[in-house]
Amino acid sequence: MADRCAVIGVGQTHLKAKREDVSIPGLVREAAQRALADAELTFADIDAVVIGKAPDMFEGVMMPELSLAAALGAVGKPMMRVHTAGSVGGSTALVAAHLISSGIHRRVLTVAYEKQSDSDAMWALSVPQPFAAPLLAGAGGYFAPHIRAYMRRSGAPEHIGRMVAVKDRRNALKNPYAHLHLEDIDMKMVEESIMLWDPLRYLEACPSSDGAAAMVLAAADAVSGSYPPAWVHGMAMRSEPTMFAGRDQVNPQAGRDCAADVYRQAGITDPRADLDMAEVYVPFSWYEPMWLENLGFCPEGEGWKLTESGATALDGDIPWNASGGVLSSNPIGASGMLRFLEAAMQVRSQAGEHQVEGARRALGHAYGGGSQFFAMWVVGSDKP
Amino acid sequence: MLDTPIHLEYTFTPGIAQSRFLRGLAEGRFVGQRCPVCGKVYIPSRGSCPVDGVPTGEDVALSDTGIVTTYCVVNVPFAGQAIEIPYIAAQVLLDGANISFMGLIQGIPATDVRMGMRVQAVWVEPDELGPTLASVKYFTPTGEPDAPYETFEEYL
Repeated sequence: MADRCAVIGVGQTHLKAKREDVSIPGLVREAAQRALADAELTFADIDAVVIGKAPDMFEGVMMPELSLAAALGAVGKPMMRVHTAGSVGGSTALVAAHLISSGIHRRVLTVAYEKQSDSDAMWALSVPQPFAAPLLAGAGGYFAPHIRAYMRRSGAPEHIGRMVAVKDRRNALKNPYAHLHLEDIDMKMVEESIMLWDPLRYLEACPSSDGAAAMVLAAADAVSGSYPPAWVHGMAMRSEPTMFAGRDQVNPQAGRDCAADVYRQAGITDPRADLDMAEVYVPFSWYEPMWLENLGFCPEGEGWKLTESGATALDGDIPWNASGGVLSSNPIGASGMLRFLEAAMQVRSQAGEHQVEGARRALGHAYGGGSQFFAMWVVGSDKP
Repeated sequence: MLDTPIHLEYTFTPGIAQSRFLRGLAEGRFVGQRCPVCGKVYIPSRGSCPVDGVPTGEDVALSDTGIVTTYCVVNVPFAGQAIEIPYIAAQVLLDGANISFMGLIQGIPATDVRMGMRVQAVWVEPDELGPTLASVKYFTPTGEPDAPYETFEEYL
């Protein structure tokens, strides 16, 4: 990286099933204004805007970035759209960070959103393809067979998924922006929820949320605001084809490669010991143990043991998803950026009740599509 | 939210490799293609090997038997759903193929499906066959012993 990049402002909307009080422009503007306020800047101080969301088909608004330019103060400024399915919030932040690190811009506003109440993602992800069997049933129908394969491969006991479902929802109780606030959540409630995509139950899946996330990124000589910046210590993207013979769909190569690259840049050799917390894209409970292995927090086959030990709980040695994660809020396009943003909030000590004490280095992670897109960054309180 | 249904018709051009696959289905058989570099057999083939980046020119006739590598039981209703829930959506690996595709399993209670279970395609009546996967009504258990996990682990 030529120039150092810092997160100097973060903003998110409250994440809810339906934001009927705002349109899409209103939603993204709300997050952007909060990020600007955090950085003590205005739209006039921004050089360029980078925006991302999940496929346009979800809301049925094509190329929405064009009509959102006004709401984001981007008229007459460079604006770029990023597309990488569910990982897009992470990829969008990385594109913005590259505009800083490459020296092209000094302050970039990056925004990601989804308005699922204006959309039908389940339908959009299940449209019969020409000449194919009409079996697809949303993201859960795609990922559940891979979860079953993980359970078989690792020998993990059934209750692990329920443990993650409870842990992340309890964390969400400490996050005022989170969509789900399930006061009474416990193992029994998860176990008694309806089986949607056997082996996945309703409460082991993410909700459908409206929401937006925004960050202001700046070069080292353009840092502003009252909170200390979160410095980008490493950033990486990787992808792989969705279908090829011999593909490991439980532990994809692209995810392992992406993690190795970001750790190398950040000087991390043992992620469990070297990081203070991680915000990882876990839309279905079992993806915590699966990604613990994929991201090198433990040897292959032992992710479930780490979850079971309580290591990933808020009071564990390596908290995962202190914010409540995707399991508690899923504005799809924004979900990846929220992971990146929450990691930044943690190292800036601004996470409030879900703050991990003394967090100085954190991982933000997003994945998307059929586990074929990966985006990660490591942020820290020290300037690298 | 206001629903405003729209309708779109399009012409689909499947290309050479997928056309062979679809014409095979119209004749009640599965046709895959082999990569000349890695030797892996793809079905349906997109015409090139995603790993080696070379054309998959050689057609390979595959049997209509195989195994369930993994599966889920779909119990979610959604707009436009074509199959009555609950149904078993499985990854089916045909004998001789090196990649699985999604298939419907019927003829067995959902609680009895297993990873490694042997299955066979049940085709529509000959006069109903067409260049579409709808030519396969579903896959159903053959009753043969399950394939050992080690034999299909690499396809998960």
